[in-house]
Amino acid sequence: MKRYLLQRVSFGIMSLFAATIIVFGMSRATGDPLLLYAKPGGYGVSPEQIAALKKKLALDKPLIVQYFIWAGRVMRGDLGNTILAERPVSKVVMERLPNTLVLGLAAWIFATVIGIPLGILSAVKRGTVWDYLGRGIALFGQALPQFWVGIVAILVFAVYFGWLPSGTRGSEKPFFPDQIKHLILPTITLGWTPMAAYLRITRSAMLEVLDTEYVKLARAKGVGGWSVIGKHAFRNALIPPLTVSALILVGFLDGAVLVESVFSWPGVGRLALDAIFNNDFPLLTGVILIFAMFFVVGSLVADFLYVVIDPRIRYVS
Amino acid sequence: MAEIAQPLPLGVRARRAATPRSVLTAFRRWPIIPLFVLAVLVFAAVFAPLLAPRDPTMINLRGRTAPPAWDAQWYEDHPNVNFRYPLGADHVGRDVLSRMLHGARVSLMVAMVALVAGTLSGTALGLLAGYYGGLVDELITRAVDVWNALPFLLIAILAAMTLEQSARVVMALLAFAAWSSGVRNVRAEVLGLKTRDYVLQARICGASDARILFRHLLPGVINTVVVIASLRVGGLILAEAGLSFLGAGIPPPAPTWGNMISEGREYLNTAWWIAFFPGLAIFLVVMSFNFVGDWLRDRWDPRLRQV
Repeated sequence: MKRYLLQRVSFGIMSLFAATIIVFGMSRATGDPLLLYAKPGGYGVSPEQIAALKKKLALDKPLIVQYFIWAGRVMRGDLGNTILAERPVSKVVMERLPNTLVLGLAAWIFATVIGIPLGILSAVKRGTVWDYLGRGIALFGQALPQFWVGIVAILVFAVYFGWLPSGTRGSEKPFFPDQIKHLILPTITLGWTPMAAYLRITRSAMLEVLDTEYVKLARAKGVGGWSVIGKHAFRNALIPPLTVSALILVGFLDGAVLVESVFSWPGVGRLALDAIFNNDFPLLTGVILIFAMFFVVGSLVADFLYVVIDPRIRYVS
Repeated sequence: MAEIAQPLPLGVRARRAATPRSVLTAFRRWPIIPLFVLAVLVFAAVFAPLLAPRDPTMINLRGRTAPPAWDAQWYEDHPNVNFRYPLGADHVGRDVLSRMLHGARVSLMVAMVALVAGTLSGTALGLLAGYYGGLVDELITRAVDVWNALPFLLIAILAAMTLEQSARVVMALLAFAAWSSGVRNVRAEVLGLKTRDYVLQARICGASDARILFRHLLPGVINTVVVIASLRVGGLILAEAGLSFLGAGIPPPAPTWGNMISEGREYLNTAWWIAFFPGLAIFLVVMSFNFVGDWLRDRWDPRLRQV
């Protein structure tokens, strides 16, 4: 088990390392970064200033050296300054991160609280109304484009009925009723697709487990209906949904970019979009790295939980 | 004397009359409706220039944000709009239906090219990883993990903005989105297959690695590949739409479903149809692909239920 966990951690670190190489490579492959700051021969820029800037940004050194200088800074938490506002990237990202986390957490709770129980229900009551309801919801969640759901939700609930606000974060004070109101539509929009994924996977895992001998044995011994489902079946059916949680997390990060754009939500996803449209490379690389970090940490947590839930892993490796 | 039914000759099945029940069973067993939707899509995509009532890029400011044709009142009030837009017009008076038909072309083509490229490379890598094992395997599976850990959408937008905005770039990006999904399953499959006796015998007969890979292992994984690919199409169409929506897809005058939604977003209050219909089209198409994929999986490879 120790070996397994060590392996997972080292893979996580390797993934992060590779992510930095890709991000760095992309930021350099797209042209001379100096051009983002100043145009050589541009108006009011002397060659000396260019040279000084080049030196300051370490652009006069070979690419590999540049990478290690950059990576060293990143390790110390220094992601450089944004080009537009000339502020530390880490600070700018940290300001926006809580908003994305709140949205992501709300969406994740929405997805699990509805997806998993409904998945169980539709497996247990296979072929009934519950099953069709669950599968219907899953179907929509997997096929509807998130941004379109957001737009239609705004159209119906904000424009037509006027029940909920159409976007932004709402009032400044945290956990104000106003903020909760602002949270509802983005949460459902972002959470629907992962909810569908959880539902489908829980349902098929449950169906499989309900068909096994030990569940039949428990039933034959006279264990009551929901007790079998809760104690014998559900615990074993929990592994597949947990395994996909890491993938679902990535889905959240990609989804956050779209959903935050639709709802003008001041989170990291929108920050990244703004960074792209402003050609603000330091900011963008910062966001991508933080996203990758979240993912790696998230999959590590899933791996740990995996061991807790499935004792077979403890002994096998 | 009761008549004894003659046994039918071998290979001939008794033809039963279709009853309402048998029709229902057929609908349950075969993905008839999804296949129909996809057939319509392919038809629309192929014959878009013939089917579209108008030029999808023709601007007509008189008919801007004209509602769908069933709003007869509006057309009576605006007698100088001499064309009834079947599904309404967008903010510069382009016909939404024509744009959707041409958009179907773009979406389908982009998704298919990306799918084929992604599936081919993913399958090849899965075969190599499973067959050679060792360092090759380690490198390939690591690469898949790392790639899956990156926020694809951001990298795709970044690449689209810095390279160029064109259909080619979008296809390449989506191929990158597609390659990693099949590698693991193919690899796992090959790990099982390569220990079989027939592979060993092929090797004893002096077959080269390439021959074993293509003649003996590839046929064994092809079902898995097809199932995974079919489950992946929907996601690719959604990804393409998402890129277009964020303004990093195929550049504007050309209609795509994603950029139609994006353009229609600002006119939600006054002209809901601009964004609504393309979204509906995406939904129907993606759902149909998912249905067909599920169906294929249940038939060919039920073990993949968790993909």
